[in-house]
Amino acid sequence: MTRKIIPIGPYHPLQEEPEFFKLHVDGETVVDIDMELGYNHRLIEKIAEAKNFDQVTFLVERICGICSTSHPFAYVNAIDDLLGIQVPERALYIRTIIGELERVHSHLLWLGLAGHFLGYNTVWMWAWRYREPVLDIFERIAGNRQNYAMMKPGGVRRDMFEEDFPWIKKTLKDLIPKVDMFKGAVMDDPVIHARTEGIGVLTKEDVHQYSVVGPTARASGVAIDVRKNDPYAAYDKVEWKVIIHEGGDVYSKAVVRILELYESINIILQCLDKMPKGPIDSGIKDMPPGEGIGRHEAPRGEVIHYVMSDGGNSPARHKIRAPSYMNVASNKKAVIGETISDATIILAAVDPCYCCTERMAVVDYKTGKKLMDGQDLVRLSQEKTEKLRNRRVI
Amino acid sequence: MKREAIIENIKVRSGEDLLEVVQKAENRAYFTINKNILPQIARYLFNEEKARFSTASGVDTRKAVEILYHFSIDAIGFIVTLRVILDKSSLEIESLTSLMKCAEWIEREMHEMLGINFKGHPDLSHFLLKDDWPKGNYPLRRD
Repeated sequence: MTRKIIPIGPYHPLQEEPEFFKLHVDGETVVDIDMELGYNHRLIEKIAEAKNFDQVTFLVERICGICSTSHPFAYVNAIDDLLGIQVPERALYIRTIIGELERVHSHLLWLGLAGHFLGYNTVWMWAWRYREPVLDIFERIAGNRQNYAMMKPGGVRRDMFEEDFPWIKKTLKDLIPKVDMFKGAVMDDPVIHARTEGIGVLTKEDVHQYSVVGPTARASGVAIDVRKNDPYAAYDKVEWKVIIHEGGDVYSKAVVRILELYESINIILQCLDKMPKGPIDSGIKDMPPGEGIGRHEAPRGEVIHYVMSDGGNSPARHKIRAPSYMNVASNKKAVIGETISDATIILAAVDPCYCCTERMAVVDYKTGKKLMDGQDLVRLSQEKTEKLRNRRVI
Repeated sequence: MKREAIIENIKVRSGEDLLEVVQKAENRAYFTINKNILPQIARYLFNEEKARFSTASGVDTRKAVEILYHFSIDAIGFIVTLRVILDKSSLEIESLTSLMKCAEWIEREMHEMLGINFKGHPDLSHFLLKDDWPKGNYPLRRD
């Protein structure tokens, strides 16, 4: 049988991480995958060297459009580590709340997309519908639904108002029954089980070899979470647990994310109750020479920033590593041996923000003629679900 | 206790090739080592301590090029950074890809950004930059 290559990507206007996957397929089976990055490489690390330490916070906020506070959070942690300062407690609680609200909206966004790829468009519509109130909370706190600009080296930029707390609590508590509904929809549905169980499996050994992070690692039973392992902000001041699942497949990744929604809501509610009054900024005046490493557990896993200062106004070196950099590489392991109709959801399962799925096209290896485009592939995936669903009814 | 044990182990294993140890905070330690000992120390951290390779930062300090390999030992929330200083006249170091798959991309990135040659790397073609990027032009170099 002729070996064909399916190119996926590289661009899509909805995603902030253009990636290019070339699936080598033999019939229905994926036998190899090539990945290319750098289609939208902005060399932010170099630009950071031309900005002052305060401006870099805004610069790195623009790295990711979905989890926009992840990079500023890791960056301010790096600066705090460089200076060895103690950030005011109220600021730590506010940072935690922003970080967790972001996890809630990001996981709901992923859940919606995963539903769409599997042909559950109702899940897609509903997940995004219930993501809206979370964005409303952001708007109330920061004035923005994205790019909140809350982080600042040594503190936070804006205070939160006590009179908003009852409304925020009510909005979040109203979300819990909706999460229950999604939990039921995913965990009790035999067709979703059939489509997601046992596919795209990453073993514990793969997790170590590829050093994957976040829900991708936790779904393989590896309990790593920066919030617990190396506590920062207010994560050691509230009660919560790390969610793990043993399967390593797409189903486990979905379960981990859904159960994490409860933990995040729980963390925010505790923070609102425990938040002390006081200053929100430690007022950094000078940046001495030195180096610092900051980490934050973003919705997709560990973000790590390394900042080197030579005593000047700008970082001498600023290294940034996003979680997808590690997670996407593991697709090499997860997708080989699976079928094309499952590739859509496997590549989406690491939550690479969007995964370029609508840009997929099946091209004949020899003639270069386009056989299928992204919509066809999503349809293929949805048809498989439909087939399974009908089989069960009969 | 565990942290001290790891620091002690690295000291013993690197012997004379250890140039400097800085424990900047309780959970951050920086080791400056000679490049010939790097594969051995990386193997110890990755295989024996089951550390996770977070990333590597390549830095042009004008006088030399430094690579900082950041390993995270998650069970104790400890970041061990191995710093290797490369002379600009011989920017060459052993690749760690055969030891850990996760080093493949970051080594490719450092190769094209700083011009470091990783010996034994399976594929040092362009990664983030376009394929027809001018030869010998390294964006993060400062000379």
